Amino acid sequence: MFHSEGLKHSDVTPHSVYLTRRCALAALSALALPISRATAGQTTRFTSIAKPSLANVAKTSYGAGEALTPQSVVTGYNDFYEFGSAKDEPAQNAAKFVTSPWTITMDGEVSRPVTVDLDRVMKLAPLEERIYRHRCVEGWSMVVPWIGYSLSALLKQVQPTAKAKFVAFQTYFDAKKMPDAAALRFPYVEGLRLDEAMNPLTLLCVGLYGTPLPNQNGAPVRVIVPWKYGLKSIKSIVKITFQESMPATTWNTFNPVEYGFYSNVNPAIENYRWNQKDERRLGEFGKRPTQLFNGYIKEVASMYAGMDLKKNY
Amino acid sequence: MLAFLQKCARFTRKILTNRWTKPVVFIGCLIPLAAEAAGWFAWLGQDLGGNPIEDLTHETGEWVLKFLMASLAVTPLRKLLRIPELIHYRRMLGLFAFFYTVVHLYTYVWMDKFFDLDAIFHDLAYHPYITIGTFSFVLLLPLVITSTRGWIIRLHGRWWRRLHRLVYAAVFLGVFHYYLVMRADESDVWMYAAIFGAIFLLRAYTVWRPPARA
Repeated sequence: MFHSEGLKHSDVTPHSVYLTRRCALAALSALALPISRATAGQTTRFTSIAKPSLANVAKTSYGAGEALTPQSVVTGYNDFYEFGSAKDEPAQNAAKFVTSPWTITMDGEVSRPVTVDLDRVMKLAPLEERIYRHRCVEGWSMVVPWIGYSLSALLKQVQPTAKAKFVAFQTYFDAKKMPDAAALRFPYVEGLRLDEAMNPLTLLCVGLYGTPLPNQNGAPVRVIVPWKYGLKSIKSIVKITFQESMPATTWNTFNPVEYGFYSNVNPAIENYRWNQKDERRLGEFGKRPTQLFNGYIKEVASMYAGMDLKKNY
Repeated sequence: MLAFLQKCARFTRKILTNRWTKPVVFIGCLIPLAAEAAGWFAWLGQDLGGNPIEDLTHETGEWVLKFLMASLAVTPLRKLLRIPELIHYRRMLGLFAFFYTVVHLYTYVWMDKFFDLDAIFHDLAYHPYITIGTFSFVLLLPLVITSTRGWIIRLHGRWWRRLHRLVYAAVFLGVFHYYLVMRADESDVWMYAAIFGAIFLLRAYTVWRPPARA
């Protein structure tokens, strides 16, 4: 209802001009008062290395009718604490991150532990484009055309044993290559129940908007769990471990009251900070109501039948 | 070295008493708002990033703290640096802090809650950062109302000074509000806490220090 012309500028601002904005703002701010938010790191910006587009990506019906969030927002507004904690920092600080060669080690309760090269991962199953809603615990959301295939195709390769009840994921970490890593204990770890990880909706993601994942979005390979808050969709994965016990997860360890292991999108559960009843789709002025499981009830609700969602948040 | 510092202080006093300085500072205090407006309306190639409303809320909130810190710093600085003329700028800085508080609050009431009173009262009851932030705003109100020359005279200076010590409570709550809303990362909040702590201790010492022995 309240649409503002001003919100659409990010589509049209020339990139070269966009790159200079922090500098200009910093200079303006510095004039007014010495306590300026601008830091040295913000005066230099790098453009991401352009990546060639992905070939042979099949379209799917996921997300039909959803309006896509502009690519500039998807790749410019990121939470990736290894590359800085402000939303615009990963796009600058991850620009020079080298993601090739890349391997994923899969171990734990499996019959065939392996370390697999990314090239092989890319060819395990046909790539699909799936348009998913992406909801952050902070109250904003996006609609993104991700590229990948169901995570189950990769997980089945190692033949999980009967003892495997959970899947733990780990993000790459090297303090030397990630000097802007802030505030959390790294490496970043996340986890899913085995049935959640095997759910066809759970995506092993290698690209977005037709291209390989930009570094700031979790290159070269990440997971997308669209019915959970974004913090569960772990980036730049190097290790996947199958285990019997519930794995520790980064945000849950940091603040157990606020970030539960499940972190399913649920408008009925609010914590002491965030009211989860509604959300702002990036680029929109008004807010829209948040849906249980981010609207993926049909696909995932059966996994939680009989479970107290308030207790298992 | 001392001579140089004295020279600097003399120069600063000269600038501060120039009749053009105050209007220039006034306009300077509007620059942060102008920068946000430029981003909002995409003037001069500016933008506010992927989430303009969040940027507007965060930036105006930061500027509230910056102006509050600046207004609190006036008295210690004018004493330490022996620049009494700084006092002429305290009220303006304090009122600008309030001005940015109103903009900050307005972005919440309008762009976050869309004037839904039920939702706002719910937040006040269940979300401590809203409760604390609102309380901090309310504490500023009597200070803004009594900021005029008339009220200073009516309160006989002495009572006015006592009343205006409320600003320390307001700033403490403001910093606490920032602490509650941060995720894991905002080292800025510790900077504000440190500046506030230093100013508070310095002021507390000057006001309550044991009387010198005769």
